[in-house]
Amino acid sequence: MASLMGIINLHEPEERIRELTRHRSLAAVPFGGRYRLIDFTLSNMVNAGIRNVGILLSDKYGALLDHLKNGKEWDLDRRKDGLFLLPPASHHSGGQVAGDIPNFLHNLDYILKSRQEYVIISGSNMICNMDYRDVLDYHLAKKADITVVYSETAGLAKCPPYTNVVTDGDNRVTDMAVNPRTPNGDKASLNMYIMAKELLVDIIDHCASRGREDFLRDGIIAQLDSLAVYGYPYRGYVGEINSLQNYYKHSMELLNPAVWQELFFRSGLIHTKVKHEAPVRYLEGAVVKNSIIANGCVIEGTVENSILFRGVHVQKGAVVRDSIVMQKSQIGPNVLLQYAILDKDVQVSEGKHLIGDSNYPIVIHKRARL
Amino acid sequence: MPKKECIAMLLAGGQGSRLGILTKKLAKPAVPFGGKYRIIDFTLSNCSNSGIDTVGVLTQYQPMTLNSYIGIGNPWDLDRHQGGVSVLPPYVRQDGGEWYKGTANAIYQNFDFIAQYDPEYVLVLSGDHIYKMDYSRILRFHKEKGAAVTIAVIRVPWEETHRFGIMNTDDEDRIIEFQEKPKQAKSNLASMGVYIFNWGVLKRYLEEDEKNPNSSHDFGKDVIPAMLAQGEPMYAYPFSGYWKDVGTVESLWEANMDLLEEVPPLNLNDPDWKIYAVNPSYPPQYISATARVHRSIVTEGCAVFGEVEHSVLFLGSYVAPGARVVDSVIMPGARIEEDAVVERAIIGENTVVKSGAYVGCPDGEGWMMIDRNAAGITVVEGNIVVPANLRLARGAVVSVTQWQEFPEERIS
Repeated sequence: MASLMGIINLHEPEERIRELTRHRSLAAVPFGGRYRLIDFTLSNMVNAGIRNVGILLSDKYGALLDHLKNGKEWDLDRRKDGLFLLPPASHHSGGQVAGDIPNFLHNLDYILKSRQEYVIISGSNMICNMDYRDVLDYHLAKKADITVVYSETAGLAKCPPYTNVVTDGDNRVTDMAVNPRTPNGDKASLNMYIMAKELLVDIIDHCASRGREDFLRDGIIAQLDSLAVYGYPYRGYVGEINSLQNYYKHSMELLNPAVWQELFFRSGLIHTKVKHEAPVRYLEGAVVKNSIIANGCVIEGTVENSILFRGVHVQKGAVVRDSIVMQKSQIGPNVLLQYAILDKDVQVSEGKHLIGDSNYPIVIHKRARL
Repeated sequence: MPKKECIAMLLAGGQGSRLGILTKKLAKPAVPFGGKYRIIDFTLSNCSNSGIDTVGVLTQYQPMTLNSYIGIGNPWDLDRHQGGVSVLPPYVRQDGGEWYKGTANAIYQNFDFIAQYDPEYVLVLSGDHIYKMDYSRILRFHKEKGAAVTIAVIRVPWEETHRFGIMNTDDEDRIIEFQEKPKQAKSNLASMGVYIFNWGVLKRYLEEDEKNPNSSHDFGKDVIPAMLAQGEPMYAYPFSGYWKDVGTVESLWEANMDLLEEVPPLNLNDPDWKIYAVNPSYPPQYISATARVHRSIVTEGCAVFGEVEHSVLFLGSYVAPGARVVDSVIMPGARIEEDAVVERAIIGENTVVKSGAYVGCPDGEGWMMIDRNAAGITVVEGNIVVPANLRLARGAVVSVTQWQEFPEERIS
């Protein structure tokens, strides 16, 4: 296999999921009972044999750094290569820069000194279990300059923000558009690109030297005519987390055993930070239906169509329905939760009722006491 | 190597022969326990939580699983530059070398390992027990008493004293008499297999024991009685928490069932005293709309579609729609298929119980049976397939790989 490195670009749209990204980057949003979003992309890279991963940090990266540490859980604590946390560029005024090219440029040395011939660049918010080796094989077979991974089946083009991809009969990309009012076809980019490392360096240089700051618009879309850009159709399950509604929808899709099976066991396991929680205890009075429960939970009440993260306690008489309860939250006796997302370490005291709407779950922020 | 005040030597070479087919391919300390652990996790976690960062693990019987499990000790925070965990198998010396002849001899053969840390105290542990204990407390007790050796003891029911090493103590906790598995016990304080020795004393007695051709080189049988005979200051440290020797199929099953109490005698959820284990990166468990899970513990990677009542489900096990698991221990990766019933049983790792089979059936047959468990616990070895619709007798010990014609008179 040709040598491949990974770059996870955390310059991602968060406007529509502010409820969960106030204090953390999108990459660090908890998902699926014991993960953070970035675990999927990072594990996919590692499972594809990638041993050199750079993370282009954006803002609010405290929680993410605590999660990733030295990369040990992903087997990326390596003497050669391993995990590289790449700090973002900043304006002289101290604020964040507008596009992602300055972040690439700021870390050009890392890219230049990496020994791999090819690079896969991905965001952190696509929930899937993809074998990147297949994408690289496709890239090489097509003799492509750039390969863009897209999905036609996930319906992503119906929920902005998204990037529409248009291809010809040979899957060569003829057009791409970011958030067009009317998409041309159902192909939506998964924001994953494979290219030669040398080309990435050229793109960064080309954009930076002309004052252009947007990797996708200026680096790829603007050069569709001069570069051979091909689309790789991904047909597996994929969930893009870019809004609160998507977050809720894709979380609930995990309750489909086929999705659970594909996402967590398909081409490799999804690794995450280990918390050493005990197995789940189902006590007298526990009634659990169609739910995902992480270790460390203690259940004495009813849990239906819900996702419980590690260390959640559902006390007697409590009912948790159609909800997502994050790490260490405590649900008091006779509480009713429905269509609710509880961030980490929330305490809901006896008898409280919290009910959202199926299209708009209520979000209770971290460490709230109710 | 810098000096360490106290290091631990963990005896993990035992076969655990009374666990039968459960220890056919692995040493007793490596036997899975409590949904996600192996027995040795308890002692290793105790060391880590007690601030003991140097642990020698003595292996001998079937060490492969144990070796790869322990690795460099990362899950227990024992991957250290100075100290950490070291696996110590018997080895060959210029003059030949030999197997570990007994617990005392195993330590004796690793004097060089101990000496490189020049410790004041050596904590000798057994990897066979389920308990949570702060070794820093027994160390403090040992120092306060000015003891040569301190032995942790726990009160056991009088009728069980014949199974243990029994300590008779005075009002100051000083040991005045020691009875190894006595018929008529004078006390019910049983040794927990946790000893703290002054390194100098340990060294002297093990060297003497080594020269004694009549010794079985065992701490309980030889070394402790010899020290007592010499009038050494020996103290018993009273421990009152949960402690269980899971040396038999029945006690292993019972200890798993203990975790299912409304308030379990052993709390695995204490954030200040976590029990660490190797983590296999499995997703959270899925409990389906058709499932019913009650008074049970279930761990990561499990998928439950059927009924689970008063049972322990290990990592990645599967209970199909219509299947029923009651009073049982389902080891990692085992599958209980459609409409199968598992009652009062231990199902080995990755074993498949095919649809409609009934394991633990009161009037079932003795398929592939190599033994019968007196307590009526059915034990099915790992990595086998129990055929569909088989009615497997309660208490059958099943091994496809060891099965030979089972003597008729033993079945009845």
